[in-house]
Amino acid sequence: MILRRPFFWIIGIAMLAFAAAPLGKNVELRESLVLAAVYIILASNLNMMLGYAGYVNFGSIVFFGLGGYFCLFLMSARDWPLIPAILAGGIAVSFLAFLFGIGILRLRGVYFALATIGVNEAVMAFVNNFEPWGGATGIYLSTGIFQQLGGPASALWIVYYLLVATMGLSLYLSYFVKRSKFGLGLLAIGQNEDAAAVLGVPTPRYKALIYSASAFLPAVAGGLYFFKGAFIQPPDAFDLQLSTEAIVITMLGGQGTILGPALGAFLYEELRGWLLTSATFSSFQLVIAGALLLVIVLFAPGGLMGLLHRRWPNLKRFLE
Amino acid sequence: MIGLLASILDGVLVGAVYGLAAMGITLIWGVMNVINLTHGAMIVAGMFGLYFLVAALGVPAYAALAPVLVAGFLVGLALYWIAVHRMVGQPPLMSLLSTFAVNLVLIGLGTAAWGTVLFNVQVSLPGFSIGRYTFPGTHMMAAALTAAIAGVLYLFLYRTRAGKAVRAVAGNRDAAELVGIPTTRILALAFGLGVALASVSGALIATMFPFTVLSGDAYQLKSFVVTVLGGLGNPTGALVAGIALGLVEGLATPFMPVSWTLVIEFALFVVVLIALPGGLLSLRIRRRRT
Amino acid sequence: MKKTAFAAAVAMLLAGPAFAAGDDTITIGMTVSQTGALNVDSVAQLKGAEYWRDEVNAAGGIKAGGKRYKVRFVEYDDQSQGGRVQQLYTRLIVQDKAQFLFGPYSSGLTATAAVISEQYGRIMLIGGGAEAKTYQLGNKYLFQCITPADYYLTGAIQALKEKDARAKVAFVYSDDPFSKAVVAAARAQAVEAGFTVALDESYAPSTTDFSPIINKIISSGADAFLGGGHYPDGATLARQLYDQKAPLKYVAILVAPDSPKFATLGSAALGITVPSQWEPQVKYKPDFGPTPEEFAKSYQAKTSLEADYHTASGYVTGMLLQHAIEQAGSIEPEKVTAALEKTDVTTFFGRDKFSTDPKSHGLQIAHQMVLAQWQMKNGKLEKEMVWPDAAKTASLVFAQH
Repeated sequence: MILRRPFFWIIGIAMLAFAAAPLGKNVELRESLVLAAVYIILASNLNMMLGYAGYVNFGSIVFFGLGGYFCLFLMSARDWPLIPAILAGGIAVSFLAFLFGIGILRLRGVYFALATIGVNEAVMAFVNNFEPWGGATGIYLSTGIFQQLGGPASALWIVYYLLVATMGLSLYLSYFVKRSKFGLGLLAIGQNEDAAAVLGVPTPRYKALIYSASAFLPAVAGGLYFFKGAFIQPPDAFDLQLSTEAIVITMLGGQGTILGPALGAFLYEELRGWLLTSATFSSFQLVIAGALLLVIVLFAPGGLMGLLHRRWPNLKRFLE
Repeated sequence: MIGLLASILDGVLVGAVYGLAAMGITLIWGVMNVINLTHGAMIVAGMFGLYFLVAALGVPAYAALAPVLVAGFLVGLALYWIAVHRMVGQPPLMSLLSTFAVNLVLIGLGTAAWGTVLFNVQVSLPGFSIGRYTFPGTHMMAAALTAAIAGVLYLFLYRTRAGKAVRAVAGNRDAAELVGIPTTRILALAFGLGVALASVSGALIATMFPFTVLSGDAYQLKSFVVTVLGGLGNPTGALVAGIALGLVEGLATPFMPVSWTLVIEFALFVVVLIALPGGLLSLRIRRRRT
Repeated sequence: MKKTAFAAAVAMLLAGPAFAAGDDTITIGMTVSQTGALNVDSVAQLKGAEYWRDEVNAAGGIKAGGKRYKVRFVEYDDQSQGGRVQQLYTRLIVQDKAQFLFGPYSSGLTATAAVISEQYGRIMLIGGGAEAKTYQLGNKYLFQCITPADYYLTGAIQALKEKDARAKVAFVYSDDPFSKAVVAAARAQAVEAGFTVALDESYAPSTTDFSPIINKIISSGADAFLGGGHYPDGATLARQLYDQKAPLKYVAILVAPDSPKFATLGSAALGITVPSQWEPQVKYKPDFGPTPEEFAKSYQAKTSLEADYHTASGYVTGMLLQHAIEQAGSIEPEKVTAALEKTDVTTFFGRDKFSTDPKSHGLQIAHQMVLAQWQMKNGKLEKEMVWPDAAKTASLVFAQH
């Protein structure tokens, strides 16, 4: 039945287009699409907590980093191949998220947001001291690691396709969640948590579930991303700036919508890529991100998708 | 033994200044339910303010604190009207994001202007030595000034009309409106005060340690930890919690690798948030009542 | 600085087509930490490299296979962050068509960049990544021009041993890959030299309040200090050690004291020693290129800046590449790699030779560190070379400061 909904196919087509864009040889485009895909994965998973349930997760990057660490540790110290390693990372991080979640999801609004920062910083400080994971030095993968995928060049392409697949899964996940009873409950929590509880929505369970679910795909993406770089260290893995950007992107594109984070991520990545190589503006990235966010929060809290929906209400049926 | 005492005392001195910084956040939160995420940027602004007054204009360091305080207040007023005013009634999420956005802009501009070069304000004050240990004069002076500023704030909040109005709005905004208090102006005032506290604590920190544009983040996090420990909305709590945190750090560092203190701080932070949302002080209060 | 960067970018945009049009240009790509915590050292290194480029182009370019190649740099700001490095190096190779690469500054960033340079088979010369681990991952095209981290404190330990064989040493260092690698090796060397290790602790790289750890140093009874990290923390540490009157007779701090900026600390800088890759007073006799004195003088004349070891390492990276290309008579990667593997030369920077053992390919195995100390000379703070004996310009001052 869901197959009849046009949006389902729209996501699918977008994914294929993404995968096909570099045509298997444009490496530079691929590199920037990799980053776009990472942003989309982070933003759409964040969106489920932020846009649906109304909980700001400032430290969402912790899932990404931990996923990277689990994957690289399993591959370097235990010789696991790529796919099992990233999946194991995803499961481990989801489980940890569930445990953390039980603790911090009791907190509302602001307290929760602060706690998520605390969690990220605590984890980073811990990993910095944790010798089995390399401490501050991090984990290096030797160049031979890419042989299992046919050498560095083809490995990079495979990682790219896997990331696109993960991205597609993220979008589908947000879509299915939104369309489900679970999603309805989450949206209710986002509107008014107490009322939702009174009306019978099992709020603690739903919150813990979505927190845990929103950790899985970012962790997988982390594993893929750091495998590609063959190197992970704490400041890169737990970079709060990426979390920040994920929030900006989600708000920019339109929180609570499916395409919103994807659109926002895409635009933001293009902007960032341009800023990066422009000598004068490379440090302006944050300024622009901040200014964008401010404008959106003050004047257009629904983001781009919100604006689109208001202008063309019929679009809501096709694009959400 | 003396080493341990020295460590604790020094921790307390520096902790007091962190407490002052935290007071800025907690005051704003208490009055208008807004978490000011520009706090870090304002601390850095205070640091830079001090630096320019001292380095460019040759003003003696401690005299420069007053203009920094006043400037911070004015900037706070401006920030209120730009980013916070529209957000006051709305879900806390929005004000969180709007102050966060302003923070990004400010830090971004700062980085673009000053890079991430280390700045240092040379303040030489004779230290106080006990045996082999020396307490830097700057730490002692900073703690003393913190006490002074906290004292002035107390007097303001409890002995002046404006201060009482602030406490009234913090207690119940609607009721305050009903008795004729111009609440919007009071909110702006409170925000200005909070930012002033942030910037003057930044200036004090700058007399002790060097800083970069990015230092704000670390101090903002520390301020949050202290604020939470002291109970959101409780200025006295913030000061006490700052001192307590300094004490804990001073107590812990001789016995464990310094790199673990961060882990402990954040773990404490998360634990207190979960178990004691009223802060550590809420424990004492509960016991007193029974 | 920003204006010159902009002007340079515009100039490059205009000049770019002119350069790119000719076949006789060699494009060297790199990222530089223009912003971020590493910027002081990274920019110094860039300036050294740029000075080399300007000299080479002024002399007509690099000679190979009967042609003369002009050198062109393409550089981007990595903001001292690993996340950007890979994207930027890919761009340098794929879009800017860089034939050779210089590494970014710092071991952590070098490791990240090396993944890309190895994937594409481009030679990358490292002037600012000392950690040995990077070279043990099976690389083929990576070449380290500076002394590896493991030997950074060897000289400092030797110099200390000559003065006080039973010193109590405190190792206090930044929690980053480079400093940890340095101290890991130094710790073993210190124990072997017969010292007692009174304290061994790392601190977060962004630390600005060292008083807790300094109190610990005082409590431990140490009289020698070895450690530090990069510029910001090293400079702060020096200052606070002085403010808290730590009773240390010997202080060796990594990296920071080598920068001319360190002199701004005044009395706090006095007596601090620094292991250095190079100082202007070294007495190497080069096989080719300028002598140490000539290099320092001409660099200062041209840029009004003093040369430190980062500047020198930037310059020598270029020299070594040039030498290899000229020896190979070609710019083909395989031939240049072979030439680099055979390199064993002495320049103003010292002797350079690369390991060809596959388990540590590219590791620098000939270059040695020297030890410098800030001393008062005619009422001014100057860096003097105090070790090894063959190279020294003054004796090590061993006393509490």
